[in-house]
Amino acid sequence: MTQTPITQTEITPAASLDCSGLLCPLPVYKTALALGNLQPGEVLELITTDPGALEDIPAMSRQRGDTVLAGEDRGSSQRFLIEKGTQT
Amino acid sequence: MTDVVHRAAPAPAIEDEPSRKRLALVASKGTLDQAYPPLILASTAVSLGWEAGIYFTFYGLDILHQDRFNKLKVASLANPAGPIQLPNLLGAVPGATAAATRVMKRWMNDARMPEVSEFLDMCRELGVRFFACSTTMGVMGIDESDLIEGCDIAGAAAFLDYAAGADVQLFV
Repeated sequence: MTQTPITQTEITPAASLDCSGLLCPLPVYKTALALGNLQPGEVLELITTDPGALEDIPAMSRQRGDTVLAGEDRGSSQRFLIEKGTQT
Repeated sequence: MTDVVHRAAPAPAIEDEPSRKRLALVASKGTLDQAYPPLILASTAVSLGWEAGIYFTFYGLDILHQDRFNKLKVASLANPAGPIQLPNLLGAVPGATAAATRVMKRWMNDARMPEVSEFLDMCRELGVRFFACSTTMGVMGIDESDLIEGCDIAGAAAFLDYAAGADVQLFV
């Protein structure tokens, strides 16, 4: 995925989810549950350590109709900001 | 007086054409290591907003069996990629299957992967449909009351009807 550094400080996540230590499919599953609690347009902050998440989270967002505003590969972990779409 | 003609109502389609993407899986294996892939794929699919259904057939039906889903084992024989590396001659000795199963469970636990029962709950929580193969039930003497709650008993035609509307179909 394209690695977009998170520099926009104006984005305030409505919720945060830490999936450190969890492997597929748990980050995706827990992200789906977390997004289910948000309104369209609200942003979820997600932390993962599964290297597969770098591909999985953008793929999930494409399938669900959400938007990955930013994704940051920090080596041993990844951080995403996901804006919930109107379709989900 | 009006003659009333009673016609049998047409059998409801097991599922109308889906408006969302759909995953249709066949789970045919009853070992612990082979129980995970269909449950992982199905729980992922529903997380993506898809519909997902799993057709449990032959040994795969043990995954839905109340008394068996927590006792699934890993084969130590004829499983060269299994968790314990044994020549087949030794893989057949008593205790080898139990040892392979213990190792697999430890791997899963150390990796914080849910147990089969937890995956079943995760799947149902997000609406994965579980189809229990009616022929398997008949052949193996399994009753509906033996299965976990919420299964649809279905034959091959009903599952194919469901799978025909799927975007992804896989046999595990």
